Amino acid sequence: MSEAAPRPAEADTILSVSNIEVIYNHVILVLKGVSLTVPRGSIVALLGANGAGKTTTLKAISNLLRAERGEVTKGSILFEGERIDSSSPSDLVRKGCIQVMEGRHCFGHLTVEENLLTGAFTRREGNAAIRDDLDMVYDYFPRLRQRRTSQAGYTSGGEQQMTAIGRALMSRPKMILLDEPSMGLAPQLVEEIFEIVKKLNEEQGVSFLLAEQNTNVALRYARHGFILESGRVVLDGEATALRQNEDVKEFYLGVGGEGRRSFRAVKHYKRRKRWLS
Amino acid sequence: MSVAMLNLTEVVLNGLMAGIMYALVALGFVLIFKASGIFNFAQGVMALFAALTLVGLQTGQVPFAHLINAIFGTNIHHFGWTLPAFLAVILTLCVMVAFAWAFEALVLKHLVNQEPIILFMATIGLAYFLEGFGDLLWGADIKAINLGIPSGGSFWWEDVTREWAPEGSDYWGMYIDKLDVVATVVAIVLVTSLTLFAQYTRMGRALRAVADDHQAALSVGISLRTIWVVVWSIAGFVALVAGVMWGAKSGVQFSLSLIALKALPVLILGGFTSIPGAIVGGLIIGVGEKVAEFYIGPLVGGAIENWFAYVVALVFLLFRPQGLFGERIIERV
Repeated sequence: MSEAAPRPAEADTILSVSNIEVIYNHVILVLKGVSLTVPRGSIVALLGANGAGKTTTLKAISNLLRAERGEVTKGSILFEGERIDSSSPSDLVRKGCIQVMEGRHCFGHLTVEENLLTGAFTRREGNAAIRDDLDMVYDYFPRLRQRRTSQAGYTSGGEQQMTAIGRALMSRPKMILLDEPSMGLAPQLVEEIFEIVKKLNEEQGVSFLLAEQNTNVALRYARHGFILESGRVVLDGEATALRQNEDVKEFYLGVGGEGRRSFRAVKHYKRRKRWLS
Repeated sequence: MSVAMLNLTEVVLNGLMAGIMYALVALGFVLIFKASGIFNFAQGVMALFAALTLVGLQTGQVPFAHLINAIFGTNIHHFGWTLPAFLAVILTLCVMVAFAWAFEALVLKHLVNQEPIILFMATIGLAYFLEGFGDLLWGADIKAINLGIPSGGSFWWEDVTREWAPEGSDYWGMYIDKLDVVATVVAIVLVTSLTLFAQYTRMGRALRAVADDHQAALSVGISLRTIWVVVWSIAGFVALVAGVMWGAKSGVQFSLSLIALKALPVLILGGFTSIPGAIVGGLIIGVGEKVAEFYIGPLVGGAIENWFAYVVALVFLLFRPQGLFGERIIERV
């Protein structure tokens, strides 16, 4: 069993997670040594099935774990070369690392605009700067401008996702941890959201670490990918390389290898071909 | 206007003003419940404690006087000064903020993510602790609040209303307590400023955000601990206002803490999560109580006032458990 080897530190790494272990409620071991790095200004995808530990990894980084009685028991997390294992979520947001949680989590009774404004909670600049950023967010998400006075709870799933991302942008982040942006959205909307993520990455220089089940889309937009399974990184590499990988094709992209006859054959293949065995 | 109409008007007016007093207490509950999902059993005792502190500070009582005297055999009671009302109120506010901060640091912080029932138990503990602590600090005797708030019936209003009665009838004018009028004005100012605060300030927005989804609030960098201190401070402030108004009415003493019980039916009626609900609920209970006492009371031997509110609350629980203004749950899949 070979651990995913810690990659040599790149010249400019915004986030590096090395060998972290996460335990919930003091008993449930969820992550068993996860390591990954995010180069500054890139989009990195964290892939894997349900329960593989994607969300836990993101929450370990943003330190939202503690609110769910989870804790990082081993390993270290560095953001811009600084250990952040014990920073509170609000410290992290101030440092420029913010998470957009799975399932949007908008403030339902607040209007879209108020939602966006809460994103600027940690900022101390005057109103003018915040107004400017509000305009910036509306430029990226023109739909939100139209819905600015609607209660977020009554907007559509796509609009809520946009609100959640826009809200994170309002904190002027260097890095966004984006959890499952495609969840419950129509394929067209998923494309739209990912296009905006790409634009934000290119124009604002925001780095993204995104957890996705939709491997196909994620690998098209990301530069690098890590595949998690049962709390371990089992494979990682350039997105283009991952997309060519036979196992990834078989397990995540649904493009069968040659000679696949039936579901049983797939199961047999999977059993034979355990990751890293 | 006929005498019967005048009587009804008087009863309703007094009911409205009593309702405002109930609403003041209920407001404290709603604030804390909205922001943290905690039903704060100690709200009534907080009102008592705030009123005790206010009186103690204003009249220059020595804190822990009994304790000090018992240990050192001294006999000290007062510093011998009287603070201006304004200063005493400010100092009391500081005490309530310190209290909120201490409660967060010593108790709430350690109970993050616990079941609501555990937090509820913590507030029960707090209630009894605060009651005893208040006694220890300021003594258990009944005190009078003297902030210069006018009280007693208004003769002017009596004279005005006497004119309204038909010529020759045996009517002596309406009784309205000036204190109630002041309480009404204070309550209106208080609620308006709270609403403006929640609606238009950065901190107010954060409070509402936490009330909606505390996880998401955490994720955008809102510190729950700060929010809790702020909310408990505001609740302390509301408790102070309620304590002063009720204390001026009936003296500052232990039974002041029981006004919390009066707030329960108001909360059930108005909904636990709605500030307007607390106000309207309070008004309905206040008016309902007085009207029932006046018209039905004599038929059944009186004293309806004490339990009428609870009957109304029960009926409401059957038909509208979330209360009149309880938050509609917005759910989208």
